[in-house]
Amino acid sequence: MLRRRLILLGPALAWWAVFLAVPVALVLAYAFLTRGTFGGVVPTFTLDNLARAADPLYLRVLLFSLRVAAIATLVALLIGYPAAYLIATLPPRWRTPVLILTVLPFWTSLLIRTYAWIVILNREGLINRGLAAAGLIDQPLELLNNEFAIELGLVYGYLPLMILPIYASIERLNPDLREASADLGGGPLRTFRRVTLPLTLPGIAAGCIFVFVPSLGNFIVPDLLGGGLSSMVGNLIQSQFLRARDWPFGAMLSLILIGLMGALLFFQAWLLGRQRREALDA
Amino acid sequence: MPDRPSRSIRSWGRWVLGLELALVLAFLYLPIAVVAALSFNASGLPTAWTGFSLEWYAAVARNEALLGAFGNTLIVGAATTIIATILGTLLALGLERAVRSTFLDTFVYVPMIIPDIVFAIALLSFYNLVFTSLLGLQLGLWTVILSHVTFGIAFVAVVVRTRLRHFDRSIEEASLDLGANELRTFRNVTLPAIAPGVVAGALIAFTMSFDEFIIAFFTKGTSETFPTQVYSMIRFGVTPEVNAIATVVLGLSITLVLVSQRLRGSLE
Amino acid sequence: MTTSPQAAPQGRRFGAAFAALALLAAACTTGTSSAGPTAGSTTAATAGSGTSAPTEAARPSGKIVVSNWDLYFPETLIADFTAETGIEVEWVKHTTNEDIVGKLDAANGTGYDVVLVSASFAEGLNNRGWLETLDHGLLTNISHLAPEADQLGYDPGNTFSIPYTWGTTGLCYRTDLVPVPPTSWNDLLKPAPELDKKVTMLATDRWLLLPALKVLGYSLNETDQAHLEEARDLLLETKKHLLAYDDTTFYSRLVSGEAALVEAWDGWCNYGIADETVGSKITYMIPSEGTDLWADTMTILKSSSNKPAAYAFIDYILRPEIAKTVVDLTLYKVPNPDAMALVDPAVMAQFPNLAMTPAELLEGEPLRDLGAAAPLWANIVTQITAGQ
Repeated sequence: MLRRRLILLGPALAWWAVFLAVPVALVLAYAFLTRGTFGGVVPTFTLDNLARAADPLYLRVLLFSLRVAAIATLVALLIGYPAAYLIATLPPRWRTPVLILTVLPFWTSLLIRTYAWIVILNREGLINRGLAAAGLIDQPLELLNNEFAIELGLVYGYLPLMILPIYASIERLNPDLREASADLGGGPLRTFRRVTLPLTLPGIAAGCIFVFVPSLGNFIVPDLLGGGLSSMVGNLIQSQFLRARDWPFGAMLSLILIGLMGALLFFQAWLLGRQRREALDA
Repeated sequence: MPDRPSRSIRSWGRWVLGLELALVLAFLYLPIAVVAALSFNASGLPTAWTGFSLEWYAAVARNEALLGAFGNTLIVGAATTIIATILGTLLALGLERAVRSTFLDTFVYVPMIIPDIVFAIALLSFYNLVFTSLLGLQLGLWTVILSHVTFGIAFVAVVVRTRLRHFDRSIEEASLDLGANELRTFRNVTLPAIAPGVVAGALIAFTMSFDEFIIAFFTKGTSETFPTQVYSMIRFGVTPEVNAIATVVLGLSITLVLVSQRLRGSLE
Repeated sequence: MTTSPQAAPQGRRFGAAFAALALLAAACTTGTSSAGPTAGSTTAATAGSGTSAPTEAARPSGKIVVSNWDLYFPETLIADFTAETGIEVEWVKHTTNEDIVGKLDAANGTGYDVVLVSASFAEGLNNRGWLETLDHGLLTNISHLAPEADQLGYDPGNTFSIPYTWGTTGLCYRTDLVPVPPTSWNDLLKPAPELDKKVTMLATDRWLLLPALKVLGYSLNETDQAHLEEARDLLLETKKHLLAYDDTTFYSRLVSGEAALVEAWDGWCNYGIADETVGSKITYMIPSEGTDLWADTMTILKSSSNKPAAYAFIDYILRPEIAKTVVDLTLYKVPNPDAMALVDPAVMAQFPNLAMTPAELLEGEPLRDLGAAAPLWANIVTQITAGQ
């Protein structure tokens, strides 16, 4: 058992010990040190950064980011699940190619695609021109430089991260299970609710995390599609490290964010673990 | 016995799903279509179409820096995907079967929840200390690979785990009972069963590496990757050259997918 | 390759040994900039025979790594430089000052030989002790720099930086879309009703606050919290009428008509003016309250292991005919009057702000490193961007 643990867990955990735990711990430790006059870090212990983090400004930014990320995640889930479901139930020959087709757009730079959205969404852009030509509007719609554009950008940017895990978890579903449910009188909706959905929960959970977490920390989309008119957590932390050159405070904000997310993820892992234990014991 | 739902309802359901997928693909490809269209626009600005032109493609062919950066990104992406997929799959198996630890189940997500800039700075400081100062090595594509693998492992592990969650182990046990050793069982039974998860995870790892900017920028030394090159070109907004190469990449990838489909079809 | 040191007659034997040593040392020092500490100096004192006069400096060679914005060196500059001197130049691109400074922060001031950053950032790097104190004796072309370039507040006497380009920040607008030509920063901060949501401001902290600070009569390097909060309140009002904070595409917004009046660096406004369709309707002006004097500067890192080559590179750029090509490419002014004199008169006519004299430029307030006030500024800007 020990040898199996070593082979399976060893490489990845060793890698993370060296390239994740050590470097990041060193930087996060700055949260309790002091900023030098011209930037840099002075090894003087302080809790000032913690006190500063309690500013309601940062809470406001956090809440705004949580809301934006949550909406993006929800929309991505609603759009992504049916798409993943269909791909997973295609004839086997088509599954991987179509899957790759959904991911292909992301093999061009995010910046290129974001600028393309600007071309599509701005006042003289495709959508407004099309709608005006069709006579449906006489004033251009404000589709850019607002929260709508940020949501659009986030959903667009992370949709494949929702589709892929859900696809993976649906794909392994035994179609016989669905057949059996149908034979026993369950309509397609019922089958979905009682059989498919619960079994794909791990995929849904993974997809939601894959979209929610990066959305929270994204700073490109609020800058470009949001016109820089709102700040999300990503902008905030970015600003501490690169503009204010205040590494200690940036580290403190990061520590708080990581702690928050870590707690949520721990809770999620515990729930899933409990569900699994119950299933095994049953 | 109650009536089974009629086939027409089920096929109607599939039509709705099919339509949804088509709309999703349209959504995903709309900006791509714009990028492609702009790459043929003679004027170079997205505000006015002045005529069809291939000059931007010619510019790309001459732009060694851009092409070189793109090649670098492919190298980094391929290496990252291979290493991360192997380590991540092993990790997933280990977490699912060899331990029962809520802490480790949570830790898998840590690479994702660390803000990019923190990671970037941490890694550069670390590399500078260990590699450059101590060992005299220069940063380059290899350090980008090291960095990308670190969060690639997490994505692969999580995705493969979703596949392992309700895995029916009786088949594996049957294989072992019939005399196959563990490695054989893994190769012939387990791996095919978790393959969609591995493929999905690998796709994510590649995609994340391909498009990753800030960590690459900090840890790349003097090399350029495609994202860092493109981001540095935004001084004037996205130049048409960049649109051209994006279109080329896309065209090549789609061609690759279609060709491999053809090949598989003719093999069966 | 070194030339043999002149041996005084009585030290001829030592001279030969010395020459051998010098050749050996030269072979080791001629090399990549990435190698470790150079293998011994050619002026290594041999047993004190009072021999040689100080050797001539080795002709610069090898390789340097330069960090600069993309499209900010003329296309052939590096190739021509390498062809002439044999020095290889690796041009690494950065997108913003903050990015390259962040990288230097994390790498403790190492990784490059020459770094081009804006003035206040150069001052910041120098405050961290990472910039080489420049020996003007090694820059033979420095006489071409305008005398005013010696009086730049962030680095008087150019001790750690040499200005590459310089200019001002002002208002760039469409004469056909703005009914009354602007005269003050208030025309941006409190836009006329027909300009609602058709104005943009620069996104980088220092320039985001600039219009408000000027209108309130404060310094652009203000550190007083109460003053900054006044500026903040003014900008929060402006935000309601703002299209976006935009550092990179504001001139194409002017060209498309999406924006009518934007805060812009003078050179960037020229890109709008250069447009074939509406360029003639775009104009740049400096508001009555005044503006800044910004400069992008060339610096040498103390950690560089090939400083002679770095000096040679900077010296090359100081040549008037080379600096002139910088103007042609970037449509910015260079602090090199001899270069400006070489610029095509047609170009000068098309882009009036190129004709600004150094004396006029000096009326602007140079941006300085904020030092300990940087977190305060970042906080104020966050309050603005996160505010309603």
